[in-house]
Amino acid sequence: MSKMHVEVVSTEQLIYSGEAEFLVAPALEGEIGVYPRHVPLLTRIKPGVLRMTVPGSKEEVLVAVSGGMLEVQPTHITVLADTAIRGEDLDEARANEAKRAAEESLQHATDDLSTAKAHAALAAAIAQLKALDYLKKRVH
Amino acid sequence: MAVGKEILTKIRSVQNTQKITRAMQMVSTSKMRKTQERMRAARPYAEKVRTVMAHLAQANADLGHPLLARRDVVKRAGIILVSSDKGLCGGLNVNSFKRFYAKVKELQEQNVEIDVCCLGQKAVAACQRARLNVVASAVQLGDVPKMDKLIGPLTVLFKQYAEGELDAVYIVYSGFINTMKQEPTLEQLLPLTPQHMVVEHSHSWDYLYEPDAPSLMEFLVKRYLESVVYQALAENMASEQAARMVAMKAATDNAGNTIKQLRLVYNKARQAAITTELSEIVAGAAAV
Repeated sequence: MSKMHVEVVSTEQLIYSGEAEFLVAPALEGEIGVYPRHVPLLTRIKPGVLRMTVPGSKEEVLVAVSGGMLEVQPTHITVLADTAIRGEDLDEARANEAKRAAEESLQHATDDLSTAKAHAALAAAIAQLKALDYLKKRVH
Repeated sequence: MAVGKEILTKIRSVQNTQKITRAMQMVSTSKMRKTQERMRAARPYAEKVRTVMAHLAQANADLGHPLLARRDVVKRAGIILVSSDKGLCGGLNVNSFKRFYAKVKELQEQNVEIDVCCLGQKAVAACQRARLNVVASAVQLGDVPKMDKLIGPLTVLFKQYAEGELDAVYIVYSGFINTMKQEPTLEQLLPLTPQHMVVEHSHSWDYLYEPDAPSLMEFLVKRYLESVVYQALAENMASEQAARMVAMKAATDNAGNTIKQLRLVYNKARQAAITTELSEIVAGAAAV
Protein backbone atom coordinates (compact mmCIF):
# COMPACT_ATOMS: atom_id res chain seq x y z
CA MET A 1 0.00 0.00 0.00
CA SER A 2 1.26 3.44 -0.83
CA LYS A 3 2.22 5.89 1.85
CA MET A 4 2.32 9.61 2.37
CA HIS A 5 4.49 11.80 4.51
CA VAL A 6 2.75 13.70 7.28
CA GLU A 7 4.16 16.71 9.08
CA VAL A 8 2.43 18.55 11.88
CA VAL A 9 4.20 21.84 12.63
CA SER A 10 3.36 24.70 14.93
CA THR A 11 5.13 28.01 15.49
CA GLU A 12 6.64 26.67 18.65
CA GLN A 13 7.83 23.28 17.45
CA LEU A 14 7.61 20.34 15.06
CA ILE A 15 4.83 18.28 16.62
CA TYR A 16 4.84 15.17 14.45
CA SER A 17 6.64 13.92 11.39
CA GLY A 18 6.29 10.48 9.83
CA GLU A 19 4.70 8.13 7.29
CA ALA A 20 1.00 7.40 7.21
CA GLU A 21 -1.42 5.30 5.13
CA PHE A 22 -4.57 7.16 6.07
CA LEU A 23 -5.37 10.35 7.91
CA VAL A 24 -8.55 11.79 9.37
CA ALA A 25 -8.70 15.51 10.18
CA PRO A 26 -11.45 17.70 11.68
CA ALA A 27 -11.92 20.15 8.79
CA LEU A 28 -13.96 23.28 9.19
CA GLU A 29 -16.91 21.79 7.32
CA GLY A 30 -16.78 18.26 8.72
CA GLU A 31 -14.25 15.48 9.18
CA ILE A 32 -12.28 14.47 6.13
CA GLY A 33 -10.30 11.30 5.47
CA VAL A 34 -7.25 11.41 3.24
CA TYR A 35 -5.57 8.51 1.44
CA PRO A 36 -2.31 8.82 -0.49
CA ARG A 37 -2.57 10.41 -3.95
CA HIS A 38 -5.36 12.68 -2.86
CA VAL A 39 -6.01 15.71 -5.06
CA PRO A 40 -4.28 18.87 -3.71
CA LEU A 41 -6.50 20.39 -1.05
CA LEU A 42 -6.25 23.32 1.29
CA THR A 43 -8.60 23.64 4.22
CA ARG A 44 -8.81 25.03 7.71
CA ILE A 45 -9.24 22.67 10.61
CA LYS A 46 -11.09 22.99 13.87
CA PRO A 47 -9.74 22.22 17.32
CA GLY A 48 -9.80 18.45 17.59
CA VAL A 49 -7.88 15.27 16.95
CA LEU A 50 -5.89 14.10 13.93
CA ARG A 51 -5.92 10.34 13.48
CA MET A 52 -3.36 8.55 11.39
CA THR A 53 -2.89 4.95 10.36
CA VAL A 54 0.81 4.26 10.40
CA PRO A 55 2.33 1.47 8.28
CA GLY A 56 3.40 -1.59 10.26
CA SER A 57 1.37 -0.70 13.31
CA LYS A 58 -2.19 -1.49 14.30
CA GLU A 59 -2.32 1.44 16.68
CA GLU A 60 -3.51 4.72 15.28
CA VAL A 61 -1.44 7.80 15.98
CA LEU A 62 -3.43 10.62 17.58
CA VAL A 63 -2.40 14.25 17.59
CA ALA A 64 -4.55 16.87 19.30
CA VAL A 65 -4.52 20.25 17.56
CA SER A 66 -6.13 23.53 18.51
CA GLY A 67 -7.07 24.47 14.98
CA GLY A 68 -4.94 25.44 12.01
CA MET A 69 -4.64 24.57 8.36
CA LEU A 70 -4.34 21.34 6.43
CA GLU A 71 -2.46 21.19 3.16
CA VAL A 72 -2.85 17.99 1.16
CA GLN A 73 -0.57 17.07 -1.72
CA PRO A 74 -0.49 13.66 -3.38
CA THR A 75 2.35 12.26 -1.26
CA HIS A 76 2.68 14.97 1.31
CA ILE A 77 0.45 16.30 4.04
CA THR A 78 1.29 19.36 6.07
CA VAL A 79 -0.68 20.47 9.08
CA LEU A 80 0.04 24.03 10.17
CA ALA A 81 -1.20 23.80 13.71
CA ASP A 82 -2.08 26.75 15.90
CA THR A 83 -0.63 26.68 19.37
CA ALA A 84 -3.26 28.94 20.80
CA ILE A 85 -7.00 28.60 20.43
CA ARG A 86 -8.08 31.23 17.93
CA GLY A 87 -11.26 32.96 16.99
CA GLU A 88 -12.48 36.37 15.91
CA ASP A 89 -13.90 37.23 19.33
CA LEU A 90 -10.89 35.91 21.15
CA ASP A 91 -8.38 37.73 18.96
CA GLU A 92 -10.43 40.87 19.38
CA ALA A 93 -10.43 40.48 23.15
CA ARG A 94 -6.69 39.94 23.12
CA ALA A 95 -6.21 43.04 20.99
CA ASN A 96 -8.26 45.09 23.41
CA GLU A 97 -6.23 43.73 26.27
CA ALA A 98 -3.00 44.70 24.56
CA LYS A 99 -4.31 48.20 23.95
CA ARG A 100 -5.43 48.50 27.51
CA ALA A 101 -2.07 47.25 28.76
CA ALA A 102 -0.43 49.96 26.71
CA GLU A 103 -2.73 52.62 28.10
CA GLU A 104 -2.19 51.77 31.73
CA SER A 105 0.93 49.71 32.25
CA LEU A 106 -0.80 48.06 35.16
CA GLN A 107 -2.25 44.66 34.58
CA HIS A 108 -5.48 43.17 35.75
CA ALA A 109 -7.64 41.16 33.40
CA THR A 110 -10.81 42.75 32.11
CA ASP A 111 -14.09 40.86 32.13
CA ASP A 112 -14.01 40.79 28.37
CA LEU A 113 -10.75 38.91 28.31
CA SER A 114 -11.51 36.53 31.12
CA THR A 115 -14.69 35.44 29.33
CA ALA A 116 -12.77 34.89 26.12
CA LYS A 117 -10.05 33.05 28.01
CA ALA A 118 -12.63 30.82 29.64
CA HIS A 119 -14.02 30.07 26.17
CA ALA A 120 -10.56 29.16 24.96
CA ALA A 121 -9.91 26.90 27.94
CA LEU A 122 -13.25 25.26 27.31
CA ALA A 123 -12.44 24.65 23.63
CA ALA A 124 -9.08 23.14 24.57
CA ALA A 125 -10.69 20.94 27.20
CA ILE A 126 -13.29 19.77 24.68
CA ALA A 127 -10.55 18.88 22.19
CA GLN A 128 -8.78 16.83 24.85
CA LEU A 129 -12.02 15.16 25.90
CA LYS A 130 -12.67 14.21 22.30
CA ALA A 131 -9.27 12.55 22.14
CA LEU A 132 -9.96 10.69 25.40
CA ASP A 133 -13.42 9.63 24.22
CA TYR A 134 -11.97 8.27 21.06
CA LEU A 135 -9.28 6.37 22.96
CA LYS A 136 -11.87 4.85 25.28
CA LYS A 137 -14.06 3.75 22.40
CA ARG A 138 -11.12 2.02 20.82
CA VAL A 139 -10.26 0.12 23.99
CA HIS A 140 -13.77 -1.33 24.42
CA MET B 1 43.15 45.14 66.07
CA ALA B 2 40.70 47.28 64.20
CA VAL B 3 42.87 48.15 61.22
CA GLY B 4 41.13 48.46 57.86
CA LYS B 5 37.72 47.41 59.13
CA GLU B 6 36.10 49.46 56.35
CA ILE B 7 38.22 47.66 53.79
CA LEU B 8 37.12 44.26 55.10
CA THR B 9 33.49 45.30 54.93
CA LYS B 10 34.00 46.50 51.40
CA ILE B 11 35.64 43.20 50.42
CA ARG B 12 32.74 41.24 51.86
CA SER B 13 30.21 43.36 49.99
CA VAL B 14 32.05 42.85 46.70
CA GLN B 15 32.19 39.12 47.40
CA ASN B 16 28.43 39.06 47.87
CA THR B 17 27.91 40.88 44.59
CA GLN B 18 30.25 38.41 42.91
CA LYS B 19 28.18 35.50 44.19
CA ILE B 20 25.07 37.00 42.64
CA THR B 21 26.67 37.75 39.28
CA ARG B 22 28.19 34.28 39.14
CA ALA B 23 24.81 32.68 39.86
CA MET B 24 23.17 34.83 37.17
CA GLN B 25 25.89 33.86 34.73
CA MET B 26 25.27 30.18 35.33
CA VAL B 27 21.49 30.55 35.08
CA SER B 28 21.84 32.39 31.77
CA THR B 29 24.23 29.75 30.44
CA SER B 30 21.72 27.00 31.00
CA LYS B 31 18.78 29.05 29.73
CA MET B 32 20.68 30.12 26.65
CA ARG B 33 20.84 26.61 25.23
CA LYS B 34 17.10 26.16 25.58
CA THR B 35 16.25 29.54 24.06
CA GLN B 36 18.47 28.76 21.08
CA GLU B 37 16.71 25.45 20.54
CA ARG B 38 13.36 27.21 20.63
CA MET B 39 14.62 29.73 18.13
CA ARG B 40 15.49 26.91 15.73
CA ALA B 41 12.26 25.03 16.41
CA ALA B 42 10.25 27.99 15.17
CA ARG B 43 11.81 27.96 11.70
CA PRO B 44 10.03 25.03 9.94
CA TYR B 45 6.61 26.58 10.52
CA ALA B 46 7.49 29.90 8.89
CA GLU B 47 9.00 28.03 5.96
CA LYS B 48 5.89 25.89 5.46
CA VAL B 49 3.50 28.81 5.70
CA ARG B 50 5.59 30.74 3.23
CA THR B 51 5.60 27.87 0.72
CA VAL B 52 1.85 27.33 0.94
CA MET B 53 1.26 31.07 0.67
CA ALA B 54 3.47 31.27 -2.41
CA HIS B 55 1.58 28.36 -4.04
CA LEU B 56 -1.68 30.07 -3.32
CA ALA B 57 -0.48 33.41 -4.68
CA GLN B 58 0.75 31.71 -7.83
CA ALA B 59 -2.49 29.84 -8.42
CA ASN B 60 -4.59 32.96 -7.79
CA ALA B 61 -2.58 35.87 -9.12
CA ASP B 62 -5.40 38.32 -8.61
CA LEU B 63 -5.88 37.44 -4.96
CA GLY B 64 -6.30 40.71 -3.14
CA HIS B 65 -6.05 40.97 0.59
CA PRO B 66 -6.04 44.13 2.70
CA LEU B 67 -2.80 43.04 4.34
CA LEU B 68 -1.11 42.69 0.96
CA ALA B 69 -2.12 46.13 -0.27
CA ARG B 70 0.76 48.48 -1.09
CA ARG B 71 0.55 52.17 -0.33
CA ASP B 72 2.34 54.76 -2.41
CA VAL B 73 2.48 57.43 0.26
CA VAL B 74 3.44 56.52 3.79
CA LYS B 75 1.70 58.80 6.25
CA ARG B 76 1.70 56.71 9.37
CA ALA B 77 3.94 53.80 10.24
CA GLY B 78 3.84 51.16 12.93
CA ILE B 79 6.95 49.84 14.60
CA ILE B 80 7.11 46.73 16.73
CA LEU B 81 9.86 47.14 19.29
CA VAL B 82 11.08 43.94 20.90
CA SER B 83 13.10 44.12 24.13
CA SER B 84 13.77 42.05 27.20
CA ASP B 85 11.67 42.30 30.35
CA LYS B 86 14.66 42.44 32.65
CA GLY B 87 17.87 44.40 32.61
CA LEU B 88 21.43 43.35 33.43
CA CYS B 89 22.11 42.13 29.93
CA GLY B 90 24.79 44.56 28.79
CA GLY B 91 24.08 46.85 25.87
CA LEU B 92 21.49 44.56 24.33
CA ASN B 93 18.40 46.71 24.72
CA VAL B 94 20.27 49.99 24.34
CA ASN B 95 21.61 48.88 20.96
CA SER B 96 18.14 47.89 19.75
CA PHE B 97 16.74 51.20 20.98
CA LYS B 98 19.44 53.13 19.12
CA ARG B 99 18.45 51.39 15.89
CA PHE B 100 14.82 52.11 16.75
CA TYR B 101 15.37 55.81 17.51
CA ALA B 102 17.32 56.20 14.28
CA LYS B 103 14.37 54.81 12.32
CA VAL B 104 11.92 56.96 14.28
CA LYS B 105 13.97 60.05 13.50
CA GLU B 106 14.23 59.14 9.84
CA LEU B 107 10.46 58.68 9.61
CA GLN B 108 9.70 61.83 11.55
CA GLU B 109 11.87 63.85 9.18
CA GLN B 110 9.65 62.60 6.37
CA ASN B 111 6.63 63.76 8.38
CA VAL B 112 5.49 60.22 9.04
CA GLU B 113 3.57 59.69 12.23
CA ILE B 114 4.53 56.72 14.32
CA ASP B 115 2.65 54.16 16.37
CA VAL B 116 4.68 51.79 18.47
CA CYS B 117 3.84 48.31 19.67
CA CYS B 118 6.02 47.28 22.59
CA LEU B 119 6.97 43.72 23.43
CA GLY B 120 8.85 43.63 26.70
CA GLN B 121 9.06 45.84 29.76
CA LYS B 122 12.16 47.77 28.69
CA ALA B 123 10.58 48.76 25.38
CA VAL B 124 7.56 50.21 27.18
CA ALA B 125 9.82 52.26 29.46
CA ALA B 126 11.91 53.49 26.53
CA CYS B 127 8.85 54.60 24.56
CA GLN B 128 7.42 56.37 27.57
CA ARG B 129 10.68 58.26 28.00
CA ALA B 130 10.72 59.21 24.33
CA ARG B 131 7.03 60.20 24.53
CA LEU B 132 6.06 58.01 21.61
CA ASN B 133 2.55 56.87 20.90
CA VAL B 134 2.28 53.29 22.18
CA VAL B 135 -0.82 51.61 20.75
CA ALA B 136 -0.34 48.13 22.17
CA SER B 137 2.02 46.33 24.46
CA ALA B 138 2.74 42.95 25.97
CA VAL B 139 5.02 42.56 28.96
CA GLN B 140 6.07 39.76 31.31
CA LEU B 141 6.78 37.50 28.38
CA GLY B 142 8.86 35.09 30.43
CA ASP B 143 11.62 32.88 29.06
CA VAL B 144 9.43 30.90 26.68
CA PRO B 145 7.93 32.86 23.81
CA LYS B 146 4.19 32.27 23.79
CA MET B 147 2.01 32.88 20.75
CA ASP B 148 -0.86 33.58 23.08
CA LYS B 149 0.75 36.81 24.27
CA LEU B 150 1.61 38.02 20.79
CA ILE B 151 -1.76 37.69 19.11
CA GLY B 152 -3.31 40.68 20.88
CA PRO B 153 -0.72 43.35 20.09
CA LEU B 154 -0.29 42.07 16.53
CA THR B 155 -4.03 42.04 15.85
CA VAL B 156 -4.09 45.74 16.81
CA LEU B 157 -1.40 46.65 14.27
CA PHE B 158 -2.61 44.39 11.46
CA LYS B 159 -6.14 45.66 11.82
CA GLN B 160 -4.92 49.24 11.60
CA TYR B 161 -2.97 48.32 8.49
CA ALA B 162 -5.93 46.58 6.88
CA GLU B 163 -8.11 49.60 7.59
CA GLY B 164 -5.57 51.91 6.03
CA GLU B 165 -4.58 53.74 9.20
CA LEU B 166 -1.03 52.47 8.94
CA ASP B 167 0.89 52.38 5.68
CA ALA B 168 3.91 50.35 6.76
CA VAL B 169 4.91 48.15 9.65
CA TYR B 170 8.45 47.51 10.83
CA ILE B 171 9.95 45.36 13.52
CA VAL B 172 13.10 46.05 15.55
CA TYR B 173 14.71 43.28 17.57
CA SER B 174 18.06 41.93 18.58
CA GLY B 175 19.19 39.33 16.06
CA PHE B 176 21.14 36.40 17.38
CA ILE B 177 24.38 35.84 15.47
CA ASN B 178 26.35 33.89 18.04
CA THR B 179 26.91 33.86 21.77
CA MET B 180 29.34 36.77 21.62
CA LYS B 181 27.53 38.76 19.00
CA GLN B 182 23.99 40.09 18.81
CA GLU B 183 22.97 42.63 16.26
CA PRO B 184 20.03 45.03 16.35
CA THR B 185 17.91 44.21 13.32
CA LEU B 186 15.23 46.20 11.54
CA GLU B 187 12.87 44.44 9.15
CA GLN B 188 9.89 45.53 7.16
CA LEU B 189 6.85 43.38 7.90
CA LEU B 190 4.21 45.15 5.86
CA PRO B 191 3.65 45.59 3.02
CA LEU B 192 5.05 42.18 2.18
CA THR B 193 7.88 42.40 -0.29
CA PRO B 194 7.72 40.21 -3.41
CA GLN B 195 10.57 38.03 -2.18
CA HIS B 196 8.16 36.63 0.40
CA MET B 197 6.13 35.18 -2.45
CA VAL B 198 8.70 33.41 -4.60
CA VAL B 199 7.81 29.89 -5.73
CA GLU B 200 10.18 27.19 -6.87
CA HIS B 201 7.69 25.35 -9.10
CA SER B 202 6.87 26.61 -12.54
CA HIS B 203 4.13 24.19 -13.64
CA SER B 204 0.71 25.40 -12.64
CA TRP B 205 -1.73 23.47 -10.52
CA ASP B 206 -4.32 24.49 -8.03
CA TYR B 207 -5.77 23.30 -4.76
CA LEU B 208 -9.30 22.43 -3.89
CA TYR B 209 -10.32 25.04 -1.36
CA GLU B 210 -12.50 24.63 1.62
CA PRO B 211 -14.16 27.09 2.24
CA ASP B 212 -12.60 29.48 -0.34
CA ALA B 213 -9.27 30.89 -1.45
CA PRO B 214 -9.53 34.47 -0.10
CA SER B 215 -10.34 33.43 3.46
CA LEU B 216 -7.52 30.89 3.41
CA MET B 217 -5.16 33.56 2.13
CA GLU B 218 -6.14 35.81 5.01
CA PHE B 219 -5.45 32.98 7.42
CA LEU B 220 -2.05 32.30 5.87
CA VAL B 221 -0.92 35.92 5.69
CA LYS B 222 -1.81 36.42 9.35
CA ARG B 223 -0.06 33.24 10.41
CA TYR B 224 2.97 34.12 8.38
CA LEU B 225 3.34 37.56 9.93
CA GLU B 226 2.78 36.16 13.38
CA SER B 227 5.40 33.53 12.85
CA VAL B 228 7.89 36.20 11.72
CA VAL B 229 7.26 38.18 14.90
CA TYR B 230 7.39 35.02 16.97
CA GLN B 231 10.75 34.19 15.42
CA ALA B 232 11.98 37.69 16.21
CA LEU B 233 10.89 37.34 19.82
CA ALA B 234 12.53 33.92 20.12
CA GLU B 235 15.73 35.36 18.69
CA ASN B 236 15.57 38.32 21.03
CA MET B 237 15.24 35.96 23.98
CA ALA B 238 18.23 33.91 22.88
CA SER B 239 20.19 37.15 22.46
CA GLU B 240 19.10 38.29 25.89
CA GLN B 241 20.41 35.18 27.61
CA ALA B 242 23.67 35.26 25.66
CA ALA B 243 24.19 38.95 26.38
CA ARG B 244 23.40 38.44 30.04
CA MET B 245 25.80 35.55 30.28
CA VAL B 246 28.62 37.60 28.78
CA ALA B 247 27.79 40.66 30.89
CA MET B 248 27.64 38.64 34.09
CA LYS B 249 30.89 36.88 33.28
CA ALA B 250 32.57 40.27 32.87
CA ALA B 251 31.00 41.45 36.14
CA THR B 252 32.23 38.35 37.98
CA ASP B 253 35.76 38.84 36.62
CA ASN B 254 35.73 42.52 37.55
CA ALA B 255 34.56 41.69 41.05
CA GLY B 256 37.48 39.24 41.34
CA ASN B 257 39.93 41.97 40.33
CA THR B 258 38.42 44.45 42.76
CA ILE B 259 38.68 41.94 45.59
CA LYS B 260 42.33 41.30 44.74
CA GLN B 261 43.15 45.02 44.83
CA LEU B 262 41.23 45.58 48.05
CA ARG B 263 43.06 42.67 49.68
CA LEU B 264 46.36 44.26 48.69
CA VAL B 265 45.35 47.60 50.22
CA TYR B 266 44.12 45.84 53.35
CA ASN B 267 47.35 43.85 53.80
CA LYS B 268 49.44 46.97 53.27
CA ALA B 269 47.45 48.89 55.87
CA ARG B 270 47.73 46.02 58.34
CA GLN B 271 51.48 45.74 57.75
CA ALA B 272 51.89 49.49 58.20
CA ALA B 273 49.96 49.36 61.49
CA ILE B 274 52.14 46.52 62.79
CA THR B 275 55.32 48.34 61.79
CA THR B 276 54.18 51.54 63.52
CA GLU B 277 53.30 49.66 66.68
CA LEU B 278 56.63 47.83 66.69
CA SER B 279 58.64 51.01 66.24
CA GLU B 280 56.63 52.62 69.06
CA ILE B 281 57.47 49.73 71.39
CA VAL B 282 61.15 49.82 70.40
CA ALA B 283 61.27 53.60 70.89
CA GLY B 284 59.54 53.23 74.25
CA ALA B 285 62.02 50.57 75.36
CA ALA B 286 64.97 52.73 74.25
CA ALA B 287 63.67 55.68 76.30
CA VAL B 288 63.61 53.56 79.47
